Amino acid sequence: MASLKDLRNRIASVKATQKITKAMQMVAAAKLRRAQEAAEAARPYSQRMGAVLANIAQAVGGGGDAPALMTGTGKDDTHLLVVCTAERGLCGGFNSQIARFARDHIRRLQGQGKTVKIICVGKKGFDILRRDFASLIIDRVDLREVKTLGFVNADAIARKIIGLFNEGGFDICTLFYSEFKSVISQVPTALQVIPAAASVAAGAAESGGTAAYEYEPEPGEILSDLIPRNISVQVFRALLENAAGEMGAKMSAMDNATRNAGEMIGKLTITYNRQRQAQITKELIEIISGAEAL
Amino acid sequence: MAASFQFDLVSPERLLVSEEVESVVIPGAEGEMTILANHAPVMTTVKPGVVTVTTASGSTERYCVFGGFADILPTGCTLLAESAVAVGSIDRNDLAKRMQNAREDLADAKDATTRQKAQEYLDHLSTLEAAI
Repeated sequence: MASLKDLRNRIASVKATQKITKAMQMVAAAKLRRAQEAAEAARPYSQRMGAVLANIAQAVGGGGDAPALMTGTGKDDTHLLVVCTAERGLCGGFNSQIARFARDHIRRLQGQGKTVKIICVGKKGFDILRRDFASLIIDRVDLREVKTLGFVNADAIARKIIGLFNEGGFDICTLFYSEFKSVISQVPTALQVIPAAASVAAGAAESGGTAAYEYEPEPGEILSDLIPRNISVQVFRALLENAAGEMGAKMSAMDNATRNAGEMIGKLTITYNRQRQAQITKELIEIISGAEAL
Repeated sequence: MAASFQFDLVSPERLLVSEEVESVVIPGAEGEMTILANHAPVMTTVKPGVVTVTTASGSTERYCVFGGFADILPTGCTLLAESAVAVGSIDRNDLAKRMQNAREDLADAKDATTRQKAQEYLDHLSTLEAAI
């Protein structure tokens, strides 16, 4: 049985922890709002980009002048997986969810005899995937120093991917990130970015009819300029969704932790009071029985 | 008063302008172009430069854009800029950094086409710097 002093210490330490988790929750809530705003602000660009891309893609058609980034290499032997996770932990199952999703995907690809390469964005994903697939990780991007996520960060990653593609490093590139549904639900998502044909086709279905455009310069030229930019946009969107998701997950995780700490304090306080009462009773009995003996 | 049309200037980070305007001057890839209402549908890439917007109320605003492309329809115009700032709030240091990067790109260029592209980009930036 723990002594009263032990219990008192225990309660004090849980209270301190509760204060920390409470503070973290509030910080996450504030950051979540900012991340959501950023994701919201980025939406018009990616939407219009999708519509414009679909327009041009239709104008160019599947013809010979469509760039390789769009049509792919015609093979699917080597897969590049870009796994985007958070830089920090303490956000519930957020990181492990993405990592598990990616791991299943990797195992499936390996089962089919494909070559897999991984680029890790974010420290946590790297830490998890390193355990199983250390030899497959070809690169990692650290965003720890980045205060506010800008388009430049996404652009740098996209450039890396495109550079690798141009060297013939892979055939298909898939982006893994967590889609922000709500504060309590983030869904791990895989998005194929190279070849871009699939995502463009989806955009075309949304935008509907196309106008007869004049192009300056040629459509093919615009397209080859546009596709890399579109990849940057996709990466940027993934990073923003991730940032919002991370904060959402952190908020609910810290909320849980705060509540758990509250419960624990309640239980410990009851034990503490009971023990104190028992001690008082014991002392009383000792005094009374001492008096009776006289 | 001339007819107005909807103009949107968006960068990946945010929506900068979305309003009724009278005319817009865009630094197109093949020369500057002024867009008025009922313009024929054109899709053009945009080089780094200054976009001048004349709003329906008659005031003019100027924005620096760093590359991107414009989607022009008779009913409206959307300019998707890689990055854009109002001329008034441009950061000279940022511009200097961009020029520095462009110079490095130029130095790193391996083949003739990339070198040419980098050179062009640097030229655009220099004109932009001179313009503001």
